[in-house]
Amino acid sequence: MSAVVSNVRPPIVTGSKTYHQITEDICKPTETLPSAGWVMCLLGSLGILGFGAIAFLATVWFGIGTWYLNRTVGWGWDITNFVWWVGIGHAGTLISAILLLFRQKWRTGVNRAAEAMTIFAVICAAQFPLIHMGRPWMAIFVFPYPNTRGPLWVNFNSPLLWDVFAISTYFIVSLLFWYTGLVPDFATIRDRAKGFRKKVYNFLSFGWTGAAKHWQRWESLSLILAGIATPLVLSVHTIVSFDFATSVIPGWHTTIFPPYFVAGAIFSGFAMVCTLMIITRKVLKIEDYITIEHIESMNKVIVLTGSIVGVAYLTELFVAWYSGYIYEQYAFYNRALGPYWWAYAAMMTCNVITPQFFWSRKLRRNIAVTFILSIIVNIGMWFERFVIIATTLHRDFVPSSWSYYTPSWVEVGVYLFTFGLFGTLYLLFIRVAPVVAMAEVKSILKTSGDQYVGPAIAEQTGSNVAGGHHDDHGHH
Amino acid sequence: MRVLNKKVLFGLYNDEEILMDAVKQIKQKDAEIMEVYTPFPVHGLDPILGLSESRLHIAGFLYGMVGTSIAFGFMSWVFTADWPIIFGGKPYFSAPSFIPITFEFTVLMAAVGMVVTFYLVCGLGPGVTNPYLDPRITDDKFCIAFDVTNASKEDINALSELLDTTKAEEIHTKDI
Repeated sequence: MSAVVSNVRPPIVTGSKTYHQITEDICKPTETLPSAGWVMCLLGSLGILGFGAIAFLATVWFGIGTWYLNRTVGWGWDITNFVWWVGIGHAGTLISAILLLFRQKWRTGVNRAAEAMTIFAVICAAQFPLIHMGRPWMAIFVFPYPNTRGPLWVNFNSPLLWDVFAISTYFIVSLLFWYTGLVPDFATIRDRAKGFRKKVYNFLSFGWTGAAKHWQRWESLSLILAGIATPLVLSVHTIVSFDFATSVIPGWHTTIFPPYFVAGAIFSGFAMVCTLMIITRKVLKIEDYITIEHIESMNKVIVLTGSIVGVAYLTELFVAWYSGYIYEQYAFYNRALGPYWWAYAAMMTCNVITPQFFWSRKLRRNIAVTFILSIIVNIGMWFERFVIIATTLHRDFVPSSWSYYTPSWVEVGVYLFTFGLFGTLYLLFIRVAPVVAMAEVKSILKTSGDQYVGPAIAEQTGSNVAGGHHDDHGHH
Repeated sequence: MRVLNKKVLFGLYNDEEILMDAVKQIKQKDAEIMEVYTPFPVHGLDPILGLSESRLHIAGFLYGMVGTSIAFGFMSWVFTADWPIIFGGKPYFSAPSFIPITFEFTVLMAAVGMVVTFYLVCGLGPGVTNPYLDPRITDDKFCIAFDVTNASKEDINALSELLDTTKAEEIHTKDI
């Protein structure tokens, strides 16, 4: 290792691991039978999924009316949930892609699980555009394909269609990026497996051998995919925000939405990653790979993006007043003091106040506090989308059209379906694939493992160079 | 399992630094290395091995350009020539509103194209099984391999000794 590593940075792989130990620790959940806890969680997820499936069936059989949507509030929980899940999904790509571009080594502990979370979140999100059509089998018509009706094409100028392309592209690119990283790790499991498992992982690992030229191309591919995935993340949630921003509805027709939505997505996404990682690291006993440093780094992102979101809320309020546009002013007056004031209050407390706790180093590094706050943040972000959609729609220009919306059990059931889906997919994922990117963690072990760097080592060696037994082997 | 009909002499190392020193020494002796296998990408190894830089990024760019042209061209054709419709009083050729889909399609083509190219060029893919030298290479061992299919016994011994001087933990031959 040629890099001179600063000993100011704390180690991000603890436990004095060797390469073999990393392999053992991370392959273990895929090679052992699941615990009773896992089985219970899976049964729970499947149960929720089953109930949700009934809600889906009710929607498709009886129609969207079962959701208690009405003439004024055309979008309720459906699009709220859609934006919520898409927002959560964005953190995974950010952790893999943007942190790779910024050369943040700590991403290696969480990127695999975070990207898996992204893919499952996008799958969950995609349920909503499908089901909110009422007749999901008509979904193919949103894609432009040659037909005998003209040919009749789709409206490429509509943000709803931009969404179709954006979400599809995002799903495919995330999947490719995730799988590219998985191939070497599947090869590791393959080489340890026997019998049927070996056949399965052999297929999944695509014949990976670990040749230097292949690694070189793999790294090049990862870097470029990261480079294009980054603007993709930003553009996808911007396009989602255009679903609202390009309309004329007061409270929606505002240019702040793209950056506001993107910051909110990163905010809720990182909070969800924290929630998942805290549970995963405890249950799979991989605290040495997902350390307090990782949690603290994620909390720093949470406090940053949470503050941006908070500033966006205040900006909206200010500009509504400053604009002098009575409809916009009323939209915000109604949000804070109208019939949905409780949703607005929840949103403000959860999103503006809670992330500010993470300014304190002690709280950032506290697992229990992080866990609770991350859940609160996600609840707050759900309320934000609900406030934007339901509160804005229920009272717009014409008072005689004003109404109120409450979800039915079917609507809630569809939301629960996605929770069951996410839970099932994630639980299956942790048993089948390595939850931490083994090859990447091994590649940073010498520069970030606690037997090589850290304040303790600096004291021992009394020098600035990592370890003390590293010679300069030439340029990195 | 793909059969390459080769005879391979390889040495296994425990650490990437020892490996890099070994590769340097072997290169100095002008021996031709067939391949180096590692459990993770080792930075600094490629220039020592003399590997030329990957050109995947060029392929990615070209695929992306194809995507841009197809997307923008198609939408422009649809709304100017094939079936022009007035949407919201905007002109038929509304370039700003074509941009989101153009961008997404560019990214999609670039990503899919690059990934497929990567697997094709590396000879990897679903169902491909490449012979491997040692199962511990994907775990924690590093390997330098020589192709000795047509080498004489003295050559093989010389290479073995060379591997020995570079502190290889184990030296084996294998037919793949």
